[in-house]
Amino acid sequence: MSQEIISKIKENVIQGRKTQADEGIDDGYSGTSGVQELTRAAIEANIAPNEIVNEALTAGMQVVGEKFETKEYFIPDMLASAEAVEVSMDILKPLLADANIKPKGKFAIATVKGDIHDIGKNIVAIMLKGAGYEVVDLGIDVTTEKIINYIKNESPDYLGLSALLTTTMLEMGTIIEALKKENLRDKVKVFIGGAAVSDEYAEEIGADAFCLDAFSAIKILDASV
Amino acid sequence: MPREGILVKNPITRLTNDQLQKIHDSSMRILSDPGLLSYNKQAADIFKSAGATVTEVEGGDHPSWHIQIPEKLVMDAIKKAPSTVKLGARNPDNALIMKGDESRVYFITGSETNIWMDVEIAPYVKKDDPSIEVQVSEFHPRRGMLMDLCKSAHVCEHLDTVDGYIRTVNIQDKDITEENKDVNKFFASLNNTTKHIMSGLTTLSQLDNVVKMAEMIAGGKDKLKENPLISFITCLVKSPLQFVDDTTDTFIEVCKRGLPLAVSSSPQAGTSAPIQEAGIMAQINAEVLAGITLGQLVNPGTPLLYGSVPVRARMDTLGDSYGAIETSQYNIDCVQMARFYNIPNYSTSGVCDAKIPGQQSTIERLFSDILVALSGPQYLHCAFGLLECNSIFCLTQAVLDDAHFAMLKFFLNQPEIAEADLAEIEKQIKEVVATPQKLFIRHLRPVMRSGKITPAYPFEGDGNSDNVMALAHKRMEELLATPVEYIDEATTEKIFKEIPGLLPRLNVYTKG
Repeated sequence: MSQEIISKIKENVIQGRKTQADEGIDDGYSGTSGVQELTRAAIEANIAPNEIVNEALTAGMQVVGEKFETKEYFIPDMLASAEAVEVSMDILKPLLADANIKPKGKFAIATVKGDIHDIGKNIVAIMLKGAGYEVVDLGIDVTTEKIINYIKNESPDYLGLSALLTTTMLEMGTIIEALKKENLRDKVKVFIGGAAVSDEYAEEIGADAFCLDAFSAIKILDASV
Repeated sequence: MPREGILVKNPITRLTNDQLQKIHDSSMRILSDPGLLSYNKQAADIFKSAGATVTEVEGGDHPSWHIQIPEKLVMDAIKKAPSTVKLGARNPDNALIMKGDESRVYFITGSETNIWMDVEIAPYVKKDDPSIEVQVSEFHPRRGMLMDLCKSAHVCEHLDTVDGYIRTVNIQDKDITEENKDVNKFFASLNNTTKHIMSGLTTLSQLDNVVKMAEMIAGGKDKLKENPLISFITCLVKSPLQFVDDTTDTFIEVCKRGLPLAVSSSPQAGTSAPIQEAGIMAQINAEVLAGITLGQLVNPGTPLLYGSVPVRARMDTLGDSYGAIETSQYNIDCVQMARFYNIPNYSTSGVCDAKIPGQQSTIERLFSDILVALSGPQYLHCAFGLLECNSIFCLTQAVLDDAHFAMLKFFLNQPEIAEADLAEIEKQIKEVVATPQKLFIRHLRPVMRSGKITPAYPFEGDGNSDNVMALAHKRMEELLATPVEYIDEATTEKIFKEIPGLLPRLNVYTKG
């Protein structure tokens, strides 16, 4: 029974189905339980939360990643699966805390001051949640002051900064300088992303890494955990 | 159900109605004076019996006749020419229905080239840094052979945008003779693709053998009439304004048998036609109408295509310049002229001056492919895989062309704007703007695999690398390895028994 529910959650993660209202990639899923309903059923069946995370959610995302690598899946498929994982994690969060199981890390993400572009930032946020990180989205056009205050008060492990424009990317350097000034630079790893920036720019301003896209962000983060 | 082609709802035009009428009037005057010089006696006799003024030309190496065609004769022929032409196919689902007043475009291969170009993808290592290796295309031109023709038809069978097949390569094997060439080229084509086959004839003596072969495949004489799975193309007029002896004979004999054929004329602006657009148009129109008139006099109701292959001369060599922009202009004009007469048009695009696949080839062919296709010819002879003004055929280029035509086809899909859909979309917008991420991606997913979104360019490389040729070549090899539906064994056996001259190596059921 428990193995059957685990398999079904994994299968629905692969299909990218949050709830029973969602369609899958393949036919025949209409009206059947999605990850949300199945996660609740798993808890009722007394399946350990870490078993759901490892055997169903992570294992499902592993398959999704492989399908993306072979170009069978596209980014919208990855996002749908990540959202399905997120909905399950929201249910499991208190149970995982009770069992003293922590997320991989806390990741604050923001589009810097002067820039309102957020498609890339939002995609990265969804994907990181799906990959098991706790993500706090600080929004768009975020001031340096707000970012510094957040780091001071909430101590995230990672800070992700996004900028699309060559004019606003300069804010990233300003933020890193402010972190140094406040003696916070060695307390948080800073990742930058967005169309305007590059590996060279990350090095120039002293960021820890440049992430080309959401997948490279996950790879870099997982390697640093 | 026949093939759909693509419907061009609002074809682009160059000529106004007034200009179309002026070209028509000029063509009528040209047909009346000077008329055509005919090196073919049958044509002269047929026109004379129908009321044209025919006078024998004194002197000269070859007997010839001046034919002056009155407008009434031409207009009567235009009325008799069918406005709908069906080109059948071995698989009836691949039939093509061409209507003179409907701009439904079918993409067809051809013409025949002498040279077949093999592509080899070879690794090259950077001299200064041997760790860097790139894939480079090497091109090896050679004489075209019978098995190349089979390969070309085989791949075209699998290319979605290819609606019909004109043989792409002239077969020059040692055991191919003038006598056996026609039966072998038709069989090789018919056996490797279930799509429509159009071809010229090398020798009139083989016409009946080719027709007999087609009848066996179609299931009898009447079945071939219902489903004409072969058609012919004849350049009976040599520009300017001359009926050629042998091709006119072929044309007349095909007309007698009632099979579809394209009346083709290929004047070159600047050498065999005036350089002015008005001039080449008035002349090519006169030449094609002369052929159509002859066809309808031979056998009223013969299904004919208004075939136009106009081209501008290159200024440096006076050879054909298919890459010249004027060539596309002439072709679009011809599409309009054919529509003016309500006769399906056979038009040309995609022919390039480039000698190898690459940037020049892509720019030249796409420029004319897009423009001429958008003008709405019914039969678009679009030079699949052809290079260097139709003298080289490259199968890898044909695979590239298929991808480009898929884009063009997609572009011509009609917009879908329905009240019910808009109501659903408004609901979707409300829902998405209320979410923190404000992304429509969840709604994109069901549409993603529906065929309603263009796929990425199929030969896109990774990162900064340009792997177009290597990927297209790989695709070509995959298609070659994918089986095609051959003519069944019993029919093949019957054909080999009754049609003389077929080479045993074409029989897929024996080791030949």
